Amino acid sequence: MTDATAVLEHAQSLRDRLQALSEKIEAGLGAAVVSATIAYDELTVVFDPARWIESLTFLRDNGFISFIDLTAVDWPAREKRFDVVVHLLDPAANLRIRVKTDADDMNPLPSAVGIWPAANWFEREAYDMYGVLFSDHPDLRRMLTDYGFDGHPLRKDFPLTGYVEVRYDDAQKRVVYEPVKLSQEFRTFDFLSPWEAAKYDLPGDEKATKG
Amino acid sequence: MTEQNMRNFSINFGPQHPAAHGVLRLVLELDGEVVERVDPHIGLLHRGTEKLMESRTYLQNVPYFDRLDYCAPMNQEHAFCLAVEKLLGVEVPRRAQLIRVLYAEMSRLLSHMLNVTTQAMDVGALTPPVWGFEEREKMMVFYERASGARMHANYFRPGGVAKDLPPQLIADIGAWLDPFLKLMDDLESLFVENRIFKQRNADIGVLTAEECWKWGFSGPVLRGSGVAWDLRRAQPYECYEEMEFDIPVGKHGDCYDRQVVRLEEMRQSVRIMRQCVEKLSLAANEGPVLTPDHKITPPRRPQMKRSMESLIHHFKLFTEGFRTPEGEVYVGTEAPKGEFGVYLVSDGTDKPYKCKIRAPGFAHLQGMDLLCRNHMLADVSAILGAQDIVFGEVDR
Repeated sequence: MTDATAVLEHAQSLRDRLQALSEKIEAGLGAAVVSATIAYDELTVVFDPARWIESLTFLRDNGFISFIDLTAVDWPAREKRFDVVVHLLDPAANLRIRVKTDADDMNPLPSAVGIWPAANWFEREAYDMYGVLFSDHPDLRRMLTDYGFDGHPLRKDFPLTGYVEVRYDDAQKRVVYEPVKLSQEFRTFDFLSPWEAAKYDLPGDEKATKG
Repeated sequence: MTEQNMRNFSINFGPQHPAAHGVLRLVLELDGEVVERVDPHIGLLHRGTEKLMESRTYLQNVPYFDRLDYCAPMNQEHAFCLAVEKLLGVEVPRRAQLIRVLYAEMSRLLSHMLNVTTQAMDVGALTPPVWGFEEREKMMVFYERASGARMHANYFRPGGVAKDLPPQLIADIGAWLDPFLKLMDDLESLFVENRIFKQRNADIGVLTAEECWKWGFSGPVLRGSGVAWDLRRAQPYECYEEMEFDIPVGKHGDCYDRQVVRLEEMRQSVRIMRQCVEKLSLAANEGPVLTPDHKITPPRRPQMKRSMESLIHHFKLFTEGFRTPEGEVYVGTEAPKGEFGVYLVSDGTDKPYKCKIRAPGFAHLQGMDLLCRNHMLADVSAILGAQDIVFGEVDR
């Protein structure tokens, strides 16, 4: 059975190595680093979008040769609503890093395809799902959605049921697109516990404090 | 033929092609029989899993993972459960860890068995899939006996596994391992040294280690190019640390090496499964298979019949679900096809704010253009087979 103290020591050494990595990045890139945090034994570094390519190139040249993932997260309330999140792996040092920057749906972010060719499809997917634009991308087409699809489905303001549905029309002998008709109203229940969340006074509550 | 009426030829490979391993449409530009460019069109199996997950609780999301790589359902569940557990800071009981590793390795056998034998079929051998599918069927029976479902198991849960294994099942799995190795010997004698299999796979789709890294390849494709990188060893999760196994690597980085690596990995998986079976039979490893924190895991049935608190916990858990603390985690696991990762962003509610599924097949399929250029048209299906693509996870 694994010794509990050994597990703790292992986690501590991982945190130390991540801390050292974070300091190295801050020393190497200076003002391009907006913030660097370690949470859940994972290092997250936020870069200035204006120096995105420079920052990623620095990471690639410092061991992060393996491209794992690129995606976006939508925060509609923010002025620049998207986080573009990249996961990278340094197999020699056995370290992972999460790199972020912010983007909106108007101004393109420079593409990372020149650094890791793997970024190509992942950026296409982020464009397809969120509408994040990437400049200098060799082939920024939609990736997963239907030919001729309109909209960006993973945005928070895109309805879960979508806008169009598709069926085979026997009379026309082809597939037809129609607006979504739900035979039953779409049901979303808010299950978040009212026992903890009620922040209003129920009628009669005031008597308890008065007494 | 005169100069002016020579032209390149474009053909559609799929979406209904038996060697496409699912619904893949490849637009191939040919010069004679030589492939000049490959443009894969994917998304024909896109179901919007990531969007659906944002409106369901963590517990309701586990079954979606069975439906990603449906050749190895439990490995996918595993990654998601590990991600949720990392957010919650839950420790998984020892017995549940052993069961998870046992079934994760069985899923690896399921996936590799399908891939290697159908690859043999794609290049002309018809017997291997018939033999392989018989064993897959037995493994699915083990799946069924543990979870009640042959494929879409929903067996791994955040905090452990759904139910303990009956002792007879553990004994039966242990007894199945040796006949399985015998079948592996037969299978290997059937096509590994076969002249046609070698002619179709050796020196086809060669990848260097450096290319593998920058294209995001992982798993057997990476190891086929000579890199001994396995997340079970490099970044061990669950109880892989105490398991003894070797990491096979290839020398040439071609399709043949990838398949031979998979075959050897199956033997290593059997080794791990044998260790799990032995450990599960020990009295010291008896115990719960779900963490006893009933804010996260449901109470057992008999408890629910007798205790009011258990009933409340059960009701709350299956309506509201549990909440995770705010934050974001990424967990990468060594799925049969490569690094399967789950990136979870939580906003502190009972549903994930965002869940990105990093499927190994997505990166591997992207490499088709790199791999197929200047190869013959007939090599496309060999290369595609050796990349081990399953559309459930590529299209999500």
